[in-house]
Amino acid sequence: MAAGGHGADRRGSRTAGFINNPEVRGVLFQIAFLLVLCWLAWDIFDNTVRNLQKANIASGFGFLDRTAGFGIVQTLIDYNEAHSYGRALLVGLLNTLLVAGLGILLASALGFFVGVARLSSNWLVARIATAFIEIIRNIPLLLQLFFWYFAVLRSVPGLREKWTFLGIFHINIGGLHIPRPVFAEGATLVGAALLIGILAALIVARWGRKRLDATGKAPPSGWIGLALIVGLPLVVFFLTGRPISVDMPVFNDQGPLLRRGFQAGSGLTVIPEFFGLLLALSIYTAAYIAEIVRAGILAVNHGQTEAAHSLGLRQNQTLRYVIVPQAMRVIIPPLTNQYLNLTKNSSLAVAVAYPDLVSVGGTVLNQTGQAVEMVSIWMIFYLGLSLLTSYVMNIWNRRVALVER
Amino acid sequence: MKKIIASVIAGAAMLAGASAAGAGTLEDVKAKGFVQCGVNPSLLGFGSEDQDGTWKGLDIDFCRALAAAIFNDPTKVKYTRLNAKERFTSLQSGDIDVLSRNTTWTMSRDSSLGLMFAGVIYYDGQGFMVKKSLGVSSALELSGAKVCTQTGTTTELNLADYFRSHNMPYEVVAFEKNEEVLQAYEAGRCDAYTTDASGLYAERLKLQNPDDHMILPEIISKEPLGPAVRQGDDKWFTVVKWTLFALLNAEELGLTKANIDEKKTSDNPEIKRFVGVEGDFGTAIGLTNDWAYNIVKDVGNYGEIFDANVGPSSKLGIARGLNNLWSKGGIQYAPPIR
Amino acid sequence: MSDTAAPASFVRDQIIAERPAPPSTVGPIGWARANLFSSPFNTVLTILAAAFIVWCLVPVIRFTIIDAVWTGDDRAACAQATGACWAYVKAFLPQFIYGRYPIEERWRVDLVYLLLVLMLVPMLIPRVPWKRLNGILLLTVYPLTAFVLLTGGHLGYRGSFLPADIVEPGPLRFAIEFALVAGVVLLATGFANWLAGSPAAQSGSTVAVVIAGLAVVFMVTGFDFGLVPVETSNWGGLLVTLVVAVTGMVASLPLAVGLALGRRSSMPVVRTASIAFIEFWRGVPLITVLFMASVMLPLFLPDGVTFDKLLRALVGVALFDAAYLAEVIRGGLQAIPRGQYEGAMALGLGFWQRMRLIILPQALRLVIPGIVGSFISLFKDTTLVAIIGLFDLLGQIQASANDAKWASPVTGITGYIFAAMVFWAFCFAMSRYAAFTERRLDRSRRR
Repeated sequence: MAAGGHGADRRGSRTAGFINNPEVRGVLFQIAFLLVLCWLAWDIFDNTVRNLQKANIASGFGFLDRTAGFGIVQTLIDYNEAHSYGRALLVGLLNTLLVAGLGILLASALGFFVGVARLSSNWLVARIATAFIEIIRNIPLLLQLFFWYFAVLRSVPGLREKWTFLGIFHINIGGLHIPRPVFAEGATLVGAALLIGILAALIVARWGRKRLDATGKAPPSGWIGLALIVGLPLVVFFLTGRPISVDMPVFNDQGPLLRRGFQAGSGLTVIPEFFGLLLALSIYTAAYIAEIVRAGILAVNHGQTEAAHSLGLRQNQTLRYVIVPQAMRVIIPPLTNQYLNLTKNSSLAVAVAYPDLVSVGGTVLNQTGQAVEMVSIWMIFYLGLSLLTSYVMNIWNRRVALVER
Repeated sequence: MKKIIASVIAGAAMLAGASAAGAGTLEDVKAKGFVQCGVNPSLLGFGSEDQDGTWKGLDIDFCRALAAAIFNDPTKVKYTRLNAKERFTSLQSGDIDVLSRNTTWTMSRDSSLGLMFAGVIYYDGQGFMVKKSLGVSSALELSGAKVCTQTGTTTELNLADYFRSHNMPYEVVAFEKNEEVLQAYEAGRCDAYTTDASGLYAERLKLQNPDDHMILPEIISKEPLGPAVRQGDDKWFTVVKWTLFALLNAEELGLTKANIDEKKTSDNPEIKRFVGVEGDFGTAIGLTNDWAYNIVKDVGNYGEIFDANVGPSSKLGIARGLNNLWSKGGIQYAPPIR
Repeated sequence: MSDTAAPASFVRDQIIAERPAPPSTVGPIGWARANLFSSPFNTVLTILAAAFIVWCLVPVIRFTIIDAVWTGDDRAACAQATGACWAYVKAFLPQFIYGRYPIEERWRVDLVYLLLVLMLVPMLIPRVPWKRLNGILLLTVYPLTAFVLLTGGHLGYRGSFLPADIVEPGPLRFAIEFALVAGVVLLATGFANWLAGSPAAQSGSTVAVVIAGLAVVFMVTGFDFGLVPVETSNWGGLLVTLVVAVTGMVASLPLAVGLALGRRSSMPVVRTASIAFIEFWRGVPLITVLFMASVMLPLFLPDGVTFDKLLRALVGVALFDAAYLAEVIRGGLQAIPRGQYEGAMALGLGFWQRMRLIILPQALRLVIPGIVGSFISLFKDTTLVAIIGLFDLLGQIQASANDAKWASPVTGITGYIFAAMVFWAFCFAMSRYAAFTERRLDRSRRR
């Protein structure tokens, strides 16, 4: 501080004026900032390259083509040990998407239910909802995950026994065993028919809405749509000679103990790791969604309800046409965040042996030692998903947002 | 801005200050006064920690032998607890000086992970543990079985190879941590639990009723477990390698913790070279000439540490088998000191 | 009218004594009628809810209290139990709190806990004065004390760039190097000020304070207090949980303020960099960040520089948390009316003065509930370090559940229940505090 004491030329010299110009300062600062950033980035890059060389670790994404050699317990696409690392990662990625997608559906349903229950006029119901939220939100997700997974494992029958519901749902510690559809030739036609049915139903629904606006009478577009969606594929199904059959899970209770239980390769098995993860993710996120829903509903002015009632709308109509559409505006942005959180939290799968992207990637990382490549794959996937989701939700948000004139 | 620069510079200075000289691992180890050893914190017999913080196991004793060779003090070791996934990066980055964590020596680990294995301290092989009530007596009967294992090991790969080569379907449930594998196996999620046979004996002790479970006779893979160091530091590699050989040679020469002082005056030239009375073998690798004497005096010979940690006088009770000396029907064989 | 003996009026001249409201509308019954049985539908709901409570609570109470095993010396006590095995928790409690911290040194951990309570509680109670001093102590003196107490201090600074034949590597070389660097920085500051023609004392003194502060930090951490060093690998349990959460929070706060200001900056480079940084960390899961910190961070550093495992996790957690916290603080900055910025500018304050004296004090006060909320998430997220092999409370509990001495069918679940109770107590208390602050702030704003 002693050094700067002299030489302060304050008579508006040229340099002083130049330096004190905010724009010049801004530019100088940014240049310096950029230099520091570049230096940091270069330093990290340089160190990494040197460390990798010294340790004799390969680099590049060539390992993705090599044979993986390990098995995965749940595969949505065809996979075995002879496939490549790249394929294994794809299997993990799809597993992540599966658990995240289902988790979002379940969490939304449960979250809306609890959120509305918290506003219930019934004291007991409101209290239960509050207790649920306060308990779930204040316990770490990882702990809940362990709890649900091991609770699920301990409460169902062992591998040689089963519980059966409705004749086709069988549960034991190996998972949920259900019939698996088998697609023969011609099944694509049925699928196409289903798609066409859905499209047609959408068009009918649109026409129905126009009719309602024009005439004030609602045509039975819902029933017509349902008939289209169900009927069309059914007709094609029988015309093409029933190309879809079901493969029932085979349960064997004879013979040596190891051979008893559900036979591998028969039916469709949903593994308990999936259930544990799905349950933990949905319940945890539902508690947050419930609070968002409550805040959204409370944010709608009570005058809206009264006005709706005075127009003669019934309670459920008020909710459906007046309250919910307005609440949605408040709900959507934080809801998007929760969906993203759920997706990111699904990476905890690694703790309960559910083979998601992080879990499979961890195995690949360990076998190839290529940490940098593997971590970048993770980051790119999750970042991409985040950005994509925010983009889609922003579009939707713009559609429901208040249009001010 | 100025603050940022000032703190960055100071921070960089501090980081650099914390760094070691980087001449060679042996010099670094001598300078800091202890060996940093990467170990398994929860595998009975190989590396495990008591509630009061005492470490025990074959891998632990190897670290202690290394410290004895360098410092004549087996307590000059610091242990880093490592899980299967982080062990290699920990060694590569220089966190630890030697990895002594029941690690299998494979070609890819030598080639692409940048490791060097100093030898084999335990010839292991992968096996299966099942419930006795299952009535299975051979791994070949495990067709269609669900198998629990830990991820990030060679185990997963061997398992896949074995079942594929025998055309048996199987299902693998791979967990991140040993504790979770054990909990899942215990709960009945899997028919079989697979890992190195020695590990199976150790894990079985943690089950609620160890007697209800059995280990199948088949060994489906070669798992030579040994200590590993970083590539590119031959001096340190030599020290680690010869520490292991000294343990084996001591047993072969009949030198034990109890009798080494008495045998020190022996006329046997091999023993003379071993204890450092004759020749300059110790100083040639950067240690003192009584390095091997110190190992046996402070820690014991290979047979002794085997027996105490995994052998008949331990809870695991594993027979010597392949790990017997070559002269007694096993395959443990160390080059001579001469 | 005055002489009328018997008034013939029908008008009542006395007020009838108040009668109690009908029993069905007051008291517990009335309350129940209004809140539980107001309609048939509500009645059904109430009955269902009551059944649900019984269905949930009875097994929980049975497991945790009635059937639980409270005493015992080893697994034999819990082998046949159908309830929680509290004897196991009792046996392992010291480990859950201290990890493997040496028994004779545990007073140091206790002291750190105690100091935290002593400094934090007055900070949290609005009425206690000296908030500023308290805050400074909590953010500067306390971390330093805690660091020295927990690790034992006495770091060996060796210095780096001066050739070893001039000065031996050691504290002296480090001190000389530090003085050199500090001198250069001060000179540069002075030169910049001379160029700008502003009084050097002002910004020069800020720099001098920072340098002096760093010097104190180095001196204290390098000084030998005679404490036995305890490696972080021996820390565990609640200690690690608290260290990760508190350090993560304290370290991320300044970074978060910088990022929040950067994101609102008018300079495109700074703004873009801040946005990229924030969105990157917010877009990826913490577990991959931790994997990155534990696996990749060593690769980023120059040869020979090693990082403690706990420190690596801390770096990851702090960067991750800074991004979330930055968004919370940005919310506070946006809530400050424009007039405040303009008023400060009109007074002739520079950017940093505006922020330090006018904007940040108001903005930070506004976002206290948000910061506490963020801290709750961080506290819960610390459990993830168990996955990368650190022994936080959950990791320690998991590791002990398979202890050969205590393994039993209920040991694992008992450990999880105990962990859940501890975490719940901490998080619930914090969320109540956040709600309390929010109400208080609301009141002051409404006034």
